[in-house]
Amino acid sequence: MIPVGFDYQRPELLDAALALLAEHGEDATVLAGGHSLLPVMKLRLAAPEVVIDIGRLAELNYIRLDGDEIAIGAATRYRDLVVSDVLAQECALLPAVARTVGDPQVRHRGTLGGALAHGDPAGDLPAAVLALDGTIVLRSPRGERRVPITEFYTGVFSSVKEPDELIVEIRLPRTGSTGWAYEKFTRRSNDWAIVAVAVATLPSGRRQLGLVNMGSTPLRASATEAALAEGKPIDEAAALAAEGTEPPQDNAGTPAYRRHLVTVLTRRALQTATA
Amino acid sequence: MSILGTRVVRTEDPVFLTRGATYTDDLTDERLTGALHLTLVRSPIAHATITSIDIEAALAAPGVVAVYTGADCDLAPALLFPAANKAMLRPFLATDRVRYVGEAVAAVLTEEAYQGEDAAELVDVDYEPLDVVVGMKDALKDEVLLFPEAGTNSVTKMHLAKEEAPEDLFADCEVVVSKEILNQRVAAAPLETRAASGYWGEDGRCTIFCSTQNAQSARDEVAGWMGIDAKDLRLILPDVGGGFGAKIGADPEFALVGWLSKKVGRPVRWNESRSENMTGMVQGRGQLQTVTIGGDRDGTVKAYRLDVVADAGAYPRLGVALPMFTRMMAPGTYDIPKVWSTAKVVATNTTSTAAYRGAGRPEATQAIERAMDLFADAIDMDPAELRKKNVVKPEQFPFTTKGGAEYDTGEYAKAIDLALQAADYEGLRAEQARRRQEGGPLQLGIGVSSYVEITGGGAFVENATVEVHADGTVTVLTGTSPHGQGHATAWAMLASEELGIPVDKITVIHGDTDLIPKGAGTMGSRSLQTGGIAVHNAAVELVELAKQRAAEQLEANVDDLVIENGTVQVKGTGTGVSLADLAGADELKVFHEWDGKKPTFPFGAHVALVELDVESGKATVERIWAVDDAGPILNPLIFDGQRHGGIAQGIAQAMLEEVVWDEEGQPLTATFADYGIPSAAELPSFDLVTMETPTTINSMGYKGIGEAGTIGSCPAVQNAVIDAVSHLGVEHIDMPLTPLRVWEAIQEASK
Ligand SMILES: Cc1cc2nc3c(=O)[nH]c(=O)nc-3n(C[C@H](O)[C@H](O)[C@H](O)COP(=O)(O)OP(=O)(O)OC[C@H]3O[C@@H](n4cnc5c(N)ncnc54)[C@H](O)[C@@H]3O)c2cc1C
Repeated sequence: MIPVGFDYQRPELLDAALALLAEHGEDATVLAGGHSLLPVMKLRLAAPEVVIDIGRLAELNYIRLDGDEIAIGAATRYRDLVVSDVLAQECALLPAVARTVGDPQVRHRGTLGGALAHGDPAGDLPAAVLALDGTIVLRSPRGERRVPITEFYTGVFSSVKEPDELIVEIRLPRTGSTGWAYEKFTRRSNDWAIVAVAVATLPSGRRQLGLVNMGSTPLRASATEAALAEGKPIDEAAALAAEGTEPPQDNAGTPAYRRHLVTVLTRRALQTATA
Repeated sequence: MSILGTRVVRTEDPVFLTRGATYTDDLTDERLTGALHLTLVRSPIAHATITSIDIEAALAAPGVVAVYTGADCDLAPALLFPAANKAMLRPFLATDRVRYVGEAVAAVLTEEAYQGEDAAELVDVDYEPLDVVVGMKDALKDEVLLFPEAGTNSVTKMHLAKEEAPEDLFADCEVVVSKEILNQRVAAAPLETRAASGYWGEDGRCTIFCSTQNAQSARDEVAGWMGIDAKDLRLILPDVGGGFGAKIGADPEFALVGWLSKKVGRPVRWNESRSENMTGMVQGRGQLQTVTIGGDRDGTVKAYRLDVVADAGAYPRLGVALPMFTRMMAPGTYDIPKVWSTAKVVATNTTSTAAYRGAGRPEATQAIERAMDLFADAIDMDPAELRKKNVVKPEQFPFTTKGGAEYDTGEYAKAIDLALQAADYEGLRAEQARRRQEGGPLQLGIGVSSYVEITGGGAFVENATVEVHADGTVTVLTGTSPHGQGHATAWAMLASEELGIPVDKITVIHGDTDLIPKGAGTMGSRSLQTGGIAVHNAAVELVELAKQRAAEQLEANVDDLVIENGTVQVKGTGTGVSLADLAGADELKVFHEWDGKKPTFPFGAHVALVELDVESGKATVERIWAVDDAGPILNPLIFDGQRHGGIAQGIAQAMLEEVVWDEEGQPLTATFADYGIPSAAELPSFDLVTMETPTTINSMGYKGIGEAGTIGSCPAVQNAVIDAVSHLGVEHIDMPLTPLRVWEAIQEASK
């Protein structure tokens, strides 16, 4: 449980962090909250030569309104999402989801950017941001680009992010304090989801669903969304939630069980979101 | 007023809660100065022959002082359980074959701990994989053998029934039900993982600091493995951070530490990681049981048969012995005219098994309590009613069961009634019926268990030394070995009661084999009824001794003397002499060895209430009402603490915990993310009901409480979950009752 030796850098400024990342390329890894990275390093499943700590960069720690959108710095901790007044009013789904992550220690360390960069298909935040149609802002010394989360993930733990790019910001629509729900199904209170379903209602009125642990990436329940858009009743729409998914097999669930579970959770989430 | 029976706050807690305990790995003892750190290279493969080991690169790594393999190790491979097949020897470092993931293959000694992990990665071991056997039924086939020399995976014949089951066992029964039940493998996962540190003194003696539940037997075991005389080995236990049975005795690594320390001429420290612990530390349970129960439609149980296959893991250890308790306790609290049982033990390519809170008895209780529910279901009788009808009656005690145990004292029906009353059983059943009627997703399940168990079953003898010092303080030396149980408080209370000296002046010392050469340690809930009684008796004798000396000094008659506040006084006068002054004049010290000669049989009944979401299969334990009768209560705070921990552990086995391997013998539950340790959020508040029926085997009436909660709660909860879906046609679900399992059972039943 001791990682392979590594070099530790904690730049004071974002630009310095970007420069370091560009300099070391694939030999370097960014450390934000460390709650995904450090366990894999301790198990020696990852052995970066250089660790660049961005966890304390003030430039990446904010939650603010920006026109029609909410902008959140990538190094903002779960705990800050949970207690944010702005989010409670403007995007209540996100703090509600963040509240279900791990335990208080995890929530005081883990960051939104870290969760999205890590891209665990069993993670809570990626599916929530997916339901919200969020945008991920990537930056490198080469410049900045905005990638809709729907185009971000390419496979298990992989995304379009280049090795020299940092997630610097996450942009979300102002969806208000209603019309959302999060149904997270776990064995123990602080476990990862066996399956979870996030429901968001966009300013357009469209209801979107992000699914956790139903495939190699976070997924949308597209068939359910389409049925809802056609005005189908909740029961009918929810029954379609497993369409197009490829859920994993592990100790906690078989694919068949997850396909069943996702319909139950989707129905409940939609009922809560519409209540 | 007597201190016994009062809620004395644990004297050990302030340190634990502030500075923290001092575990073996925390020691800054100067005797360990300059210690090397041991890192073990462990097999990543469950079953393989080792074709070569290359240590060159590791030897050249920074900080490496030495690397040893099995070829260098002259410790003779050991039979870790005497009654096991003699060919099933465990090498201290594997030489030609590995038999489970986590088996030690090479030892790396480094100046710093972190250097060890780097260097261990450089030890290059070539494995040629062999077929793997993980399941108990597969192991029984003897197709894949762990020890070809043994010719079989069968570890022992000691638990086979002497005779075949009588053909007419169930002949006079109107109804017979049979079921195969898995009592799954669980991990003790104590807060403190395994650890040992050793050094050799100039006197040629070896000292090992380590984490165990019984220093004295661990000393003998380690000395045997090291091939040295037990008097040349001293074991010292710092604080021990939990054991739950898995720290009974020594681990082979302890001997390796001693051997390595000699070999390199420096102290050696070893502390394992959590991942290592989850494959290296012995695990518990692991029994495949077939229960068959028969009787009449009026609810008279007439015959019971239990066929057990127990999993020993790769290298047979204490787990081999436990089916003895399972068979002995097979009939549980019931007076069943015909009982027959047998048990086989098999080796598999998995971690070895040993004791785990209850050790053999919970397996018996789970089996009979599931059987009672199955039978109640078959004859359509209320399960509580069925139990009360069949339990041993108060007037039958002492009662010798068909399992061969002699139950000392008990009122089993009364315990059931108390639990039912506390739970408002009728009310719960009515609410359950209402919910079923309504047909919503959230259904209720109610489970009842009636249990009796053995405490102090392993070792009946224990000793204590009580000494009063000239400054008025007292030292108690005990052969028991607390690792969370609160003996420092409880033994001080027992001494205080007799000596009239307050608890805060009494220090309890344990776990140093030079100071306390004899002792049997703490396991099997034995400590109070053996070690506690020894302390009590030693204190009584010390008072007698003090009175004799005081009588001379005060020129009084011994019979006129009483002890008050640590002073021997002449009754009704102001004259007296303090114990401290007597100790100042001459050593005031008593050694007492107590032999209870027999075990005791605590008992109780639990009622569990679960709410179960039939759409998802998720069950939540809402309430548990527990009657745990272990005789008079010495300290209600500690007593209830033991029940809390025990109940939690029983619920956890029922609901969450299971050690899982894949077909290749790879562990799938080697981290706390994957292994289902419960948190407070998974547990309800416990409703504890008091009942105190003394035993007749010791003067204080004490029985043991350490394991009772686990034994009672686990079957009550399993029965409750199954009860919640019984109206859907589900008869049985194996533990742990995960949402997946429950959902699959509902699916299966609805076919
Ligand atoms: C006990 C425990 C329980 C947990 N339970 C849950 C749970 O229930 N649900 C859940 O969703 N998660 C859970 N987690 C994981 C937790 O959410 C992590 O914090 C999160 O997945 C990663 O965020 P982090 O800030 O800690 O990232 P880190 O661990 O620091 O980094 C993770 C990865 O992302 C990269 N990275 C981090 N930030 C950036 C950035 N700004 N730009 C580019 N790359 C970046 C890192 O290089 C690394 O590869 C748990 C973790 C623990 C230890």
